[in-house]
Amino acid sequence: MENRPLGYDYTVAKMFMLTTIVLGIVGMLIGVILAFELAFPSINTILGSGLAEYTNFSRLRPLHTDAVIFGFTISGVFATWYYVGQRVLKVNMAESPLLMFLGKLQFWLYVVTVAAVVVSLLAGVTTSKEYAEFEWPIDLAIVVVWVLFGVNMFGLIGMRREKSLYISVWYYIATFLGIAMLYLFNNMEVPTMLATSAAGETGIGSWYHSVSMYAGTNDALVQWWYGHNAVAFGFTVPIVAMIYYFLPKESGQAIYSYKLSLLSFWGLMFVYLWAGGHHLLFSTVPDWMQTMGSIFSIVLILPSWGSAINMLLTMKGEWQQVAASPLIKFMVLGSTFYMFSTLEGPIQAIKSVNAIAHFTDWIVGHVHDGVLGWVGFMIMAALYHMAPRVFKREIYSKSLMASQFWIQTLGVVLYFTSMWIAGITQGMMWRAHDEFGNLAYSFIDTVTVLHPYYAIRGVGGLLYLIGFLMFAYNIYKTMTAGKPLEKEPANASPMGA
Amino acid sequence: MFHWLEKNPFFFAVGVFVTIAFAGLIEIVPNFAEASRPVIGTTPYSTLELAGRNVYIKNSCNACHSQLIRPFKSETDRYGHYSLSGEYAFDRPFLWGSKRTGPDLHRVGNYRTTDWHENHMKDPAAVVPGSIMPKYTWMYTNLADIDTAFAEQLTVNQFFAVPYNKPVPMKDGSTTVVKMGGSVAEANALALAEAKEIVKDMKDQDVKDAVASGKIPEIVALIAYMNSLK
Repeated sequence: MENRPLGYDYTVAKMFMLTTIVLGIVGMLIGVILAFELAFPSINTILGSGLAEYTNFSRLRPLHTDAVIFGFTISGVFATWYYVGQRVLKVNMAESPLLMFLGKLQFWLYVVTVAAVVVSLLAGVTTSKEYAEFEWPIDLAIVVVWVLFGVNMFGLIGMRREKSLYISVWYYIATFLGIAMLYLFNNMEVPTMLATSAAGETGIGSWYHSVSMYAGTNDALVQWWYGHNAVAFGFTVPIVAMIYYFLPKESGQAIYSYKLSLLSFWGLMFVYLWAGGHHLLFSTVPDWMQTMGSIFSIVLILPSWGSAINMLLTMKGEWQQVAASPLIKFMVLGSTFYMFSTLEGPIQAIKSVNAIAHFTDWIVGHVHDGVLGWVGFMIMAALYHMAPRVFKREIYSKSLMASQFWIQTLGVVLYFTSMWIAGITQGMMWRAHDEFGNLAYSFIDTVTVLHPYYAIRGVGGLLYLIGFLMFAYNIYKTMTAGKPLEKEPANASPMGA
Repeated sequence: MFHWLEKNPFFFAVGVFVTIAFAGLIEIVPNFAEASRPVIGTTPYSTLELAGRNVYIKNSCNACHSQLIRPFKSETDRYGHYSLSGEYAFDRPFLWGSKRTGPDLHRVGNYRTTDWHENHMKDPAAVVPGSIMPKYTWMYTNLADIDTAFAEQLTVNQFFAVPYNKPVPMKDGSTTVVKMGGSVAEANALALAEAKEIVKDMKDQDVKDAVASGKIPEIVALIAYMNSLK
């Protein structure tokens, strides 16, 4: 019986693949709308002034960030875990009806939570803390979803046949622990319905409203410890998990260096959490914390580049695959964007650079070259690799995949170049003084000058969205009209099936 | 050691957790008591101001406006004295923002008036030509949530000892008392009294009529909050 090749059950992986695509479209579409609202403010009332409250920039902005972080990216993390986890641990989810049930429960609860998030953010129910906007009832639901994810992860690990945990599993475990810790501490809040007035009234006002456990500078400190590391454990750690699995599998190459992966994993775990202070340079948090944030941001280049170099060297001797396969293109360019973005971040964390960059569009550009070029590319590549194996059909169109790659690459380049120029222009104009020592520009001068860059950014974002729609179409056609496969697409990977 | 960890998921997870957790302990914990003390002259928000702050949050004004003046000449010239930690002692949540699509607002109460805000929120580009800020017309009809603001006052008073109905030291050596109602009805009466003072400087007849009939539109609460930022 043990000699029979293992089958895997992708029911839950398929469910999360669906939400990855749907929420990706939603999040990116809102992003494009926001970009054009900044370039052409009349778009704020695109559905008429009666609905302006719900289409206006500030109301939609948290919906964009949360849809791409907790919708697109986290769905992608779940989808890939339910695919990769079984394979590297050599267990079939169907072996445990309990885990299968919990996986489906996690999915449906996730869908309900997402719906609640969309409605509440549109209605303006928010705590205002970035990427932690949800009020306490939704926070509780998110905690349950996350615990179910953890139970499933450790359940599968407990059942494993392969005793050694593969590198990807290290990163998935770190994702689970990191987000759990950060999310819990940053969202500590007291529901206002608990208060009692002198007249003895309770449950006053809206039942879902709460106040943060932390005030002012402390709140900022906890928030950016969270905010920066939500990036770490949402946009870096699980994406590294994906590339450590999918690049060797797709290319048939073994990981270049185990020791390098060891160094970059533990290095990343140790260093990342310190760097949050770079969001608070020149603020009212103590100077030593700001300096720590700055220094550790520079140190962070080491483990980040360790992973990226390990990936690029994995392709050693096989570079012709980059030209031949659009899927490898996505992953190799993804690693390159990761290197680029993890160099740009530390540069912005240097105090003198930060004095210009902070509060400007350069930061927005930095986030997007990371998420569009690295996170987005890697998740799409992962789904492209999974689709033939999950649906047992060939990818519908490789040429569509190749055109998508170039359209999206152009989109990312337009995005970050325009935001660099916008950010540095604005940062320099804010600080410019004339020869008498007066401010050279009024604030509005520094806004109107950005118009062309905002328009270019909008076009860049639109190109990326078009590419994503091509991706969605390609996956849909693969599911429904791809050529059926007799057996799994072969690859010469030394890691086996 | 690493090979052993990779075969023992429990200890592996513990190792990861310890590695990621202690940076937070070292960076965050020592600052807590120090940073939460108010500077002299910082007063808790009144009911109406807090309701206005919630309007600010509801519309994510912090997506485009910071409330943090950095200690640079260009910023103190433009916005006033650089921000001090203790000035945020009653800010739950903090509203520093991370992007200045519009200008900083930490001391906007020093240089903008009720009248200016009223015109500006209705049509920003009419007041500041070239502005890309959207119109916030719904704030003139939606009513501010005074009850929730009152519940918030009670919460911070009971859980975090924010000094309501107590003398708070001011810069000139005097003291001032920020009142909090003893009941929902009293809180609403206090907010309405404050709103009546603000609408004296406003022109919108519908807003004036609403306040005269005991209702408080969001814009009035928001202006109360804006005026309190000094």
